[in-house]
Order: sequence, then structure tokens, then C-alpha cells
Amino acid sequence: MIEARNLTKKYGDKTAVNDLSFTAQPGIITGFLGPNGAGKSTTMRMILGLDAPTSGSVTVGGKPYAEHAKPLQVVGALLEARAVHTSRSAYNHLLALAATHGIARGRVDDVIEMVGLQDVARKRAGGFSLGMGQRLGIASALLADPETLILDEPVNGLDPEGIRWVRDLLKGLAAEGHTIFVSSHLMSEMALTADHVIVVGRGRLMADMPMSELIAQASSNVVVVRSPQATALAKALAGKDVTVTSTEQNTLEINGLTAAQIGDRALELNISLHELSSKQASLEEAFMEMTRDEVEFHASTPDDDHTLRSAA
Amino acid sequence: MSTATLDRPRTSTSSVQVEPVTQSRVLNSEWIKMRSLRSTGLTLLAAVVAMIAIGWIVGWATNAHWATQRPDEIASFNPITNSLNGYHLAQLAVGVLGVLLVSGEYATGMIRATFQSVPTRLPVLWAKAALYAGVTFVLMLVASFAAFLGGQQFLGTHGTSLSASGAVQDIFGVTGYLTLIGIFAVALGFIIRSTAGGIATLFGLLLVLPGIGLVLPTSWQANTLPYLPSNAGASMFSPQTAVGSLSAGAGLVVLVTWVVAALAGAAVLVKRRDA
Repeated sequence: MIEARNLTKKYGDKTAVNDLSFTAQPGIITGFLGPNGAGKSTTMRMILGLDAPTSGSVTVGGKPYAEHAKPLQVVGALLEARAVHTSRSAYNHLLALAATHGIARGRVDDVIEMVGLQDVARKRAGGFSLGMGQRLGIASALLADPETLILDEPVNGLDPEGIRWVRDLLKGLAAEGHTIFVSSHLMSEMALTADHVIVVGRGRLMADMPMSELIAQASSNVVVVRSPQATALAKALAGKDVTVTSTEQNTLEINGLTAAQIGDRALELNISLHELSSKQASLEEAFMEMTRDEVEFHASTPDDDHTLRSAA
Repeated sequence: MSTATLDRPRTSTSSVQVEPVTQSRVLNSEWIKMRSLRSTGLTLLAAVVAMIAIGWIVGWATNAHWATQRPDEIASFNPITNSLNGYHLAQLAVGVLGVLLVSGEYATGMIRATFQSVPTRLPVLWAKAALYAGVTFVLMLVASFAAFLGGQQFLGTHGTSLSASGAVQDIFGVTGYLTLIGIFAVALGFIIRSTAGGIATLFGLLLVLPGIGLVLPTSWQANTLPYLPSNAGASMFSPQTAVGSLSAGAGLVVLVTWVVAALAGAAVLVKRRDA
């Protein structure tokens, strides 16, 4: 169990994490979602005591990480940046970490086999591909069979099979009662793994809710209409709480009306429809919507002239 | 990587025996780290070779050119320190490796894995310093004896023996100096964190400062130069002729003070800084 209370981290006058409070419960996978630069990695480093919070506190299993006598048994972590000496073999890397906790060689062999690195375990870790590096990171995280697992973007660089393997691994561990705290900037990946989701943007908490609730919230219906008289239809449909957007010629995206209401209205006006379909907003869009103002590096797109606001 | 092992994630082998982190376990971990890097062996080999080879070559050259030596050179000739001249080069190898043992972890990100497994951090500093001191002491003691014994052979009739007054003391003196420089370098590594910066600082203190000091007014020199780490250390094994030079014992105290100060600074920073 991870408990963060009013966690804040400032670098000079830049605030990386801003008054963040959340709890990651055992037995479920808690997704930690946010755009790049939202403070996810900084938060994880503070949980592990690598960075000291400017204010606030965070505990793992009821105590600050550094106060545990067997820290690796409390939290196993894979951080985004590699934490391996490039000139040392994977085997010796794990052996050195194991030695600090008196863990036997046999366990080192076990975790190497678990992540499928046995063929390259004696080679320099510096020569590893991104995917192999991630596997080695996961092996070190599992070394002491920890109660809590913290993984920063674990599927980065993995092939589809590796991604499924990580997903299954995390689900298995959560089912055994472990606390799993996993970050990602990909909503789609989170939707497949996380039971609970914590969304951050610019270091601030944006959402903290069960995944199912977030999905339900995201499913605001959009109806796509194609018609040769799109402009006339757009005018006719205008009203309170209705948003009409034109993405391309003769195509409208309507928010606030059902497909049935739009079809009936078109019939009344004798407007022919070439397409009328409901589309669920993807989670990715919901996530972008939620964090739009909180993204640190905006890529601006000059498509505003395509947009018709019916409210105007 | 066979795919067969990937289908069925197996997480724990039901019981993983895990013990609390202790200073001795951290020492064991650092020992594994130290001997699993090729640079460790190569650099230490360079230090040993430098110590021995230079001692022997200087002995041979001195003996071969004895007839052409000036009277003042002959008057100040000391067969013991003649064979221990390799320390000039050996200290650079020992210093570089000391910095590298720490800065290498910062450069590669390994330090985060290290501090995750030992979040109280200070045991890592003590373990690295103690381990490197032990390794340097043993190797440099052997190398210094070899340099001395071989060097005396090459000096021929101008040589002396282990039973000569000061011989064993100087051999232990030079070994102690190199060991202390090693610890000092480890502490610098933790303070500076970058390889280039750490080595530049170390070389600046050992080689450049004494040179700069020579242009100071003479009255200042006597109060500063003998207290620099290299000069204070040299007092431990070779007779110093400059004004205000320290005795062997005082030199040892001064150098130990430098090392303790560096370790204290490193301890404060390691504890306080974000990794």
C-alpha cells in the first residue's frame, strides 16, 4: 500500500509535483496516468526516497521507504531511466543487489529465468536492447518478491508479446494481493491493465477513480452525420447544449443529441443523410480532454477554421 | 530469449529468504560490484606495474649513470626513496579508479538501484571507501616491497636492504599514502559525481596546486605548501628538504585530516542530495 499526502516537489521555482494526495491499494493495479512531464517519475522517485519531497510525505506499508529494514522486500521498482551499470553483466548486477539483502544466488537465477534473460545474463548490460533492459529492470524489481511493485512505463520498448507478458504478470501479482502502481502516458494501455486510475497533469491530481468509472465518464456520445446539406442541418440542429463540429466537408460531429433525434429532425426538414452513426469518444480523447490545459509541451494544430460552433 | 518461458508468468517461488540490510551485506554487495567491472582490474594492474617498473628502471638508470652524477646529487641520494618513485604514477591510477568506482554509478544510473536497495545510503559510502582502502593497501604494499627489493638489486653496490634504517617504515609510508589517496578519491567521487569533474579536481589538488604554490611569496609557502595533500603525504616516506616541511607523523595527521574532511563532506551531501 502506498499513501501520498500533500506531496510537493519543487525544482527552483518550477513545481514538478503539486500537493498530490492518493492511495494505491493492495490487490489491484493502480494506473498512474499523465502526459510527459506531468510529474509521474518524480512522484515515483519520492516514493522510493531517491528524491526528497519539498513538502508533504509518502509512505509504503505504513512507513517511509528508507525506514524499512528490508526495503527491497517492501517495494520492487523499475524506473524509467535505466539503473544499471553498462559495463556489468545482468547476472552480476542482480547478484550485487541480492547481496545487500542476503538473497541467495538461486533466486537470482530464478528471476533471470522468469523474465527470459538466461541467454544473455552473462553479457554486458550496456549492449542490451531497450526491451532487454526493461526485462532486467523487472527482474531486479522482483528479486526480493516485494509486497509493492512500482513500474515506470514498463512496456516501453517491449514487443507485443512482451507487453502481454507484463500485463499478465501484473494481473497475476495483483491477484496474489500485491500492490501494483504502474505509470503510463498511454490511456489505451492503462484501460487494459488498471483497475483504478490516478490521472495527473502538471503535477496536480486530475482524477482518482475506478477505471470503469473513468470509461463511463468518457463515453459521452458523439454522432457522426454525413449529408450533402450539412450546413443547413448544422443550423437546424443548433441549440443549447448541442455542439456541432465539422471535421471535413459534408460531415458533422454532433454532441448533445442522439442519432434518433438527428434522424427525425433531418426527415422533418427533408434533408438526406448519407451516414448517421454513434461513436464513443475513445479513452485517449477523454484523457487528452482532461489534461489538455495541463500538457507541458503543446503541439498546436492549425485546424480551428474547420470548426463550426453552433452556439455562435 | 525463448518464448516458451514467457507464456506463464511465475512470480514468486513461494518463499524468498530475505535478510535485513546490514553494513557487512552492503560490503559484500560492493565487493561483487568492484570485481565485476573489468576497469577495476586493469587500473589496479596499471598501478602495480607503475610502482614496480618505475622503481626498477630508476634503480638501473641511477646505477648505470652513477659516474656522471653531480656531487650534490650523490650527497642527497637516498636508495630507499629512489626505488619508491613509482608512486607518482601509481597515485594517478589509484585516484582515477577511486573516483570512477563512484562516478561510474552516477553516470550510468546504477546509483538509483544502489540507493533503492540501501536507502539509508551512508553504508554505501563506508563500504566503498573501506573496500577500496583494503584493496589498495594490500596491492600497494606488495608492489612497494617488490619495487624496493628489485630496485635495490638494480642499484647494485649503491643499494641497501630491508634492514636499513627507515626502509620498512618508508615502504609502509608510501603504501599508506596511496591508500589514503584512494579513500580521498572515493569521497571526491561522491561529492563531485561526474567522472571528468572528479578526476580534474583530484589531479588539481595533487599535481597543480603544489606548482601554483611555488609562485606564492616564500613566507606564505611555508604555511601552505606542506599542508597540501601531496606534500603532506610525501613527508610520510621521503625526507622533505623544503622550508617548514612536516615530519612523517605530522604529514600523516595532515593527510588523514584531508581524507576525514572529504568523507564528512561526502556523507553530508550523499544524505541530503536527490539521487
